[in-house]
Formats: sequence, C-alpha cells, structure tokens
Amino acid sequence: MTTYSSRKITQRTAFTFLTLATVITVVPVLFIIIYTIVKGGGALTWDFLVQFPSQAGKAGGILPAIIGTFYLMLGTLVFALPIGVLAGIYLTEYAKDNWLTRLINLAIINLAGVPSIVFGLFGLSVFVMAFHFGLSLLAASLTLACQALAMVITTSREALLSVPREYREGSLAIGVTRWQTVRHIVLPQAMPGIITGAVLAISRAAGETAPILIVGAAFLLPALPTSPLDQFMALPYHLYTVSAHVPNMPKETVWGVALVLLIVVLSFDILAAAIRIKTRMRK
Amino acid sequence: MSINLNVPEMSNKPIDKCVTKLKVENASLYYGSFQALRKITLEIPSCAITAIIGPSGCGKSTLLRLFNRMNDLISGVKVEGNVELDGISIYDSKIDVTELRKRVGMVFQKPNPFPMSVTENVAFGPKRHGVKNRGELDEIVEKSLKQAALWDEVKDKLGQSGLALSGGQQQRLCIARVLAVEPEVILMDEPCSALDPVATLKIEDLMRNLAADYTIIIVTHNMQQAARVSDTAAFMMMESDRAGVLVEYGPTAQLFTNPKDKRTEDYITGRFG
Repeated sequence: MTTYSSRKITQRTAFTFLTLATVITVVPVLFIIIYTIVKGGGALTWDFLVQFPSQAGKAGGILPAIIGTFYLMLGTLVFALPIGVLAGIYLTEYAKDNWLTRLINLAIINLAGVPSIVFGLFGLSVFVMAFHFGLSLLAASLTLACQALAMVITTSREALLSVPREYREGSLAIGVTRWQTVRHIVLPQAMPGIITGAVLAISRAAGETAPILIVGAAFLLPALPTSPLDQFMALPYHLYTVSAHVPNMPKETVWGVALVLLIVVLSFDILAAAIRIKTRMRK
Repeated sequence: MSINLNVPEMSNKPIDKCVTKLKVENASLYYGSFQALRKITLEIPSCAITAIIGPSGCGKSTLLRLFNRMNDLISGVKVEGNVELDGISIYDSKIDVTELRKRVGMVFQKPNPFPMSVTENVAFGPKRHGVKNRGELDEIVEKSLKQAALWDEVKDKLGQSGLALSGGQQQRLCIARVLAVEPEVILMDEPCSALDPVATLKIEDLMRNLAADYTIIIVTHNMQQAARVSDTAAFMMMESDRAGVLVEYGPTAQLFTNPKDKRTEDYITGRFG
C-alpha cells in the first residue's frame, strides 16, 4: 500500500511540474498579446492604417510600412518557395543517402541557426553591392529568402517524407516514372505541409529587423516603392526607429505599430494552422 | 515418402507444356554486405500460378522483388546472376525499368490504393502511360474493375475515395490498378495477409480466373493458400548466415504430397516455421 501511495505522490508531483512548465510557457505569450492590445489599441484607427506618416512618425499613419512589409513577404515567397520546394524534392526523392547528402542536410539545418544580422551583411555585400541591386526591395527580398530557405526546405522535406512509402511503391510498381510519381502522388499529398511551412517562413521574415536594416529599409519615404529596385519602409524597422530614435514619441503610437506588426504575423500563423487543420479533417 | 495432407482442389494443370516466362539463374542478392539470396535458380512457367513459401525472413519477398527490380529502390543493393523475362536479361543496363514494371506489375501485402477516387486509382497507370482520351480511360477502368471482380460492388461509387472501400475491396482495386496497365506478369506479396477469410477467398478465386491470361507469382505465409491456388511452388529457407536459398521447386501437388527434401517435409508438416 505504501509503495502505491508514494507512487501516486510521485506522479502527482510530476504532473504538477509539467503543468506549471506549460503555464509558464503560455503566460508570457498571452501577456505580450494582451499588453500590446491594451497599450496600442487606441492608436489603431483607420487613418493610422491608410495615411503616410508625418512629423517623423509622431502623427499620421503607417501605410507605407504596412505595404512595404507585404511586398517583402511576397518577394521572400517568390524566391524561397520554388527553390526551397525543389531542393526539398531533390533531397527527399532523388538524392542518394551518402555523405554529401548528409553534409547538405546538416548545412541546411545550420543555415536556420545563422544569426539574421549575418544574413543582412551577406545580402549587403552580395545583392546590394556585387549584384548592383542597391539598397532595394529586391536585395532585401533575396536576403530574407536566403534565411527563409532553410525553413522551407526543412518543412518541405518533412511533408514529403510523411507521404506513405506504400503510395510511391504502388505507383512505381505499375511502371510509372519517379518524376510522375512525385508530381501526381507525392506532391499533392505533401502540398498542405509545404504551404504551411512556407507561410510560417514568410511570417517570420515579416518580423525581421536586423537584415533589412542594412539592405534597403528606410525610416521615412515620401512615396510607396514603384519598382523592386526602390527603397522601402517596413513595420519592424519603423517600430525600431520610432521606439528608439524619435524623441517625444507618443507611446500609444509605438504600441500601435507593434500591434499592427503582431496582427500581420499572427494572421499568417493562424492561416498556416487553418491549412493544417483543414487537411487533417479531410484525411 | 508420402505425407497425408488435406489439400483441397489441387490444380492439375500440365505445367511442362507452358513456356518459361521468367528464368532465374544463380541469382544472389546483397543488402550491403548482408547476403539475402544465395544462388537461386528456377524457371517460372507462363500460364500458371507459382507460390513462394517459406518461414519469415527467408527472402521470399526479396526474390519476388527481383522480378520487377523493386529491390533497386533500396540503396546498397547488389544483384549477381541472371534474371530473364522472355529470354531477355532484365538486369541489363539497357533495360528501361519503368517499361519492365509495366510488364511485371505488383500487388502489395497491405492494400495501398492512392488517396483518390476509385476511377482515378485505376486510370492512374494508363494516364501516366499516355492514354488521354476520357472514353478510352473509362473503358479501361470498367474492364479492369470487371476483371478484378470489383465492378458490381463499386459501379455506383466510382467517384468515391478508394480509401473508403473495405480492405478486401481495396486489395481488388489495387489488382485492378495493375491490370489496367496490361501487364504480363503479376507479382503478389502476401496479398491476403491483411484480409479476413471471406475477402481472402475472393482474391483466391480472382487469381485462379486471372491465371489463364497472366503469369502470377504469389508469396504467401499461408500453406493452405499455396496449396489451394498454385500450380507450382517454391520452398525457401535461410541458411545459418541468414541468406535465403531455394530448397525445393516443383509442381505444387508434388511439393505438398511427396516432397523430395527433408526440410520441405518438416516445414509443411508443421515441424518448424
């Protein structure tokens, strides 16, 4: 009897700690979101979303920063998605399992761990200077795409690997080529997972400040970018500047910018979750 | 020596009159340094069902996958010796493996319909092989499903997912999928091991019907099944280093009632395995 009850106590203690750890994880996330809404909610007016900033961001709106961030996400997606998915397909479906493949996989995993400012510096010397793209949307999109690639490739590989081997065998066993099998059996099945990964990758790119700081983001611009070679404004960089470098900045405006950025990023995360749930229900 | 085995409906097809469809000469197969098959030699007749029996891990499935080069998918596989289909070596470097697999189709242990409709499942192979005309595809689908004795059960739900069918129906759908590309040989890797007895009998009936037009090779754990459906049977075992060898090969009736090898006799009388 004693062992039984002591085991019960051990179990209860363990569960308590596990619950506590979960609560500790969730609380800061909720706190940040609620705090941002409380502090910045007042600044969130229609004018704030559709007007250009004035008086160094102290008045007016943040339209160019919102548009700039969407352009950046689009640019990142355009470069990272096709290259990432194709590389994922090659590594999963075609590459032989040898030391070179393992080295490449290791490199991709480590790519995700490279500090974003290093990507920024790389973008500055390669895209801005060597390729003569200048400080521009194009250079920034390419820089963020390099960073997003790691995540797109990794999630694409996971999505492709989760397609049962039986489907591939069934297809190959009736004389269908490897590429046809990938194209008509594996890819359709893996697509939701691939899209989810891509959405998460660009939502992360949307929040990056350090790399775009040195490859083309500007604090204040008189007009929206009209070509990929123009400079641009972006939400995270705008937030950084108004919170750190503009004196007498109304606090509510700063939190308002933060809230808009949070909404942009979270809405993409929710989109990714929705895709995942929808596919799970379909299966 | 003769053994009293209750073997129902033993087929008496005169196998010596058939032509040799597949010929294996001294074939060995290695997974890296591990030898999975050792010097297998046998000839598979064209108008018959050949069963491959033997204890788990003796290389039955590996031998089966030698015929459509499915083993190629595993990295580090090496094949020695010769395997011929209609007198042409299938391990020749000039052989188009997809063309080979079109001629030598395969049905797997676990039914594996694609996650698409019944029609799409059957039409998948022909479509990939270039049949585009909708009417022609519909004809192939109907013909194949009828051949696989599935048409009457699914004709009203051709648009439904293949995954919604019962296990036995799924397996017959997989057979229809293979039939749709008009193969010459059908390999079956324990096709009934995931099915209930009624579904198993349906597949066995179907195999007997198909045997007139196709060369069928079936790997099975179930010796009653081998006795019921096959014309010729191969008994395999593994040696002390776990390499699979062919112990005995001959007409099913002879293998089951009058085995030449002591090991075959021990296995089929249930002394091991």
